[in-house]
Amino acid sequence: MSEAPPADAPKPLARVRGEPLLEPPQDLYIPPDALEVFLEAFEGPLDLLLYLIRRQNLDILDIPIAEITRQYMRYVALMKALRLELAAEYLVMAAMLAEIKSRMLLPRPVEEDDEEDPRAELVRRLQEYERIKVVAEALGELPRVGRELWPARVAVPEGVGEAPAPRVTLQDLLAAMAAVLERAELNRHHRIQREPLSVRARMGEVLAALGTDRFTEFTRLFDPAEGRGGVVVTFLAILELLKEGLIELIQNEPFGPIHVKKSA
Amino acid sequence: MTRDDIAKVLEAALMASDRPLSLDALRRLFDEPAPARDELRAALEGLREAYAERAVELVEVASGYRFQVRRPWAARVARLWEEKPQRYSRALLETLALIAYRQPITRGEIEEIRGVAVSSQIMRTLLERGWVRVVGHREVPGRPALYATTRAFLDHFGLARLEELPPLPEVKDLEQLEARLAEVASTGDVAPKTLEEAQDAAV
Repeated sequence: MSEAPPADAPKPLARVRGEPLLEPPQDLYIPPDALEVFLEAFEGPLDLLLYLIRRQNLDILDIPIAEITRQYMRYVALMKALRLELAAEYLVMAAMLAEIKSRMLLPRPVEEDDEEDPRAELVRRLQEYERIKVVAEALGELPRVGRELWPARVAVPEGVGEAPAPRVTLQDLLAAMAAVLERAELNRHHRIQREPLSVRARMGEVLAALGTDRFTEFTRLFDPAEGRGGVVVTFLAILELLKEGLIELIQNEPFGPIHVKKSA
Repeated sequence: MTRDDIAKVLEAALMASDRPLSLDALRRLFDEPAPARDELRAALEGLREAYAERAVELVEVASGYRFQVRRPWAARVARLWEEKPQRYSRALLETLALIAYRQPITRGEIEEIRGVAVSSQIMRTLLERGWVRVVGHREVPGRPALYATTRAFLDHFGLARLEELPPLPEVKDLEQLEARLAEVASTGDVAPKTLEEAQDAAV
């Protein structure tokens, strides 16, 4: 990490003929985002390393590890400076490079020929990644449906191949109905019924107020003071009494007053 | 049924179908005794020749046969649709390439070769498109899923088989390093796949 720029002292944006440039020029300003775009174009540490190697036409089998490590660290420092979210993989690779570098500095005993080149594993990974990178690009270039390939398709005359609507027999319908009724039956026992009680009570009151031989005016059975609920209950009681044949309603003319009396 | 009738049935079915039709699917179009597969192949070949001068061609892809617009006219046909085809990110293409060339492969192995984590979004996209599927699990701790490509993947790229994919570039050769890599191989593993297996198991 020795390559990171010093944290203190204002960092010059650039150097023009050796002179540090602290302020961005007003007439030509490249937003820092442009660099981020460039850095984000790397698909990870292997991709960045390959870029560094290829850019300088280095032999992948004989990487100058010290120089590459230096360059790699410079990019990592740049990414840090730009506060890019630095994937942990970049740091793992930095550690790996540093390890290779130090192992290469150590003298290797000649007799120990099973000691492999410290770079071998990295080279193997770089090569493997590069192969995949190449075929991935080739894959991207392949013609594909919706871009270069357009499967042909003609319309089929309407109605052909449509599944006929299934026939419903009467038995099926009845069976379905029976099932519905059965469920309704089950439900009925669970219903909480409060209203019938008060209607029952009101039926008694209405009956008591009526005589068998005299007519009472329909509207007089209602007490507006009871409010909407009371009126409805009274009306329901009258309908119930009527249904049970306990009272009779008489109206002499259309829209005329309705009279009520107890059935004989 | 004459050979010409057979060709007509095949032509109509391949045109009407919205997906490629396999030989078996085509064979089911006929009453028993259905034409032999060789007869069907001959009829398809005849059909292909009959379309030699037309703007559509009969091709074989992984799931079967389909008619498609001949390449020189594809660009114009594309104008029918305003939408530009989706661009695939390098991350997606690299992941797809690894699954295609190294299948069956676990996610850990993909990450090992690419050197970065594979985003779940990419795996989901590939699975949803039906280009890759889980074909099993590696019997190591965590039983990671093994991914492989599907016929739909080959169909999409107009390929009939995996061998038609662009060839993997050869690994560069250097005697010295070759020997060393061989050593690595003899002490541990040779094929990258098996090496990753070992690493996967170690995770």
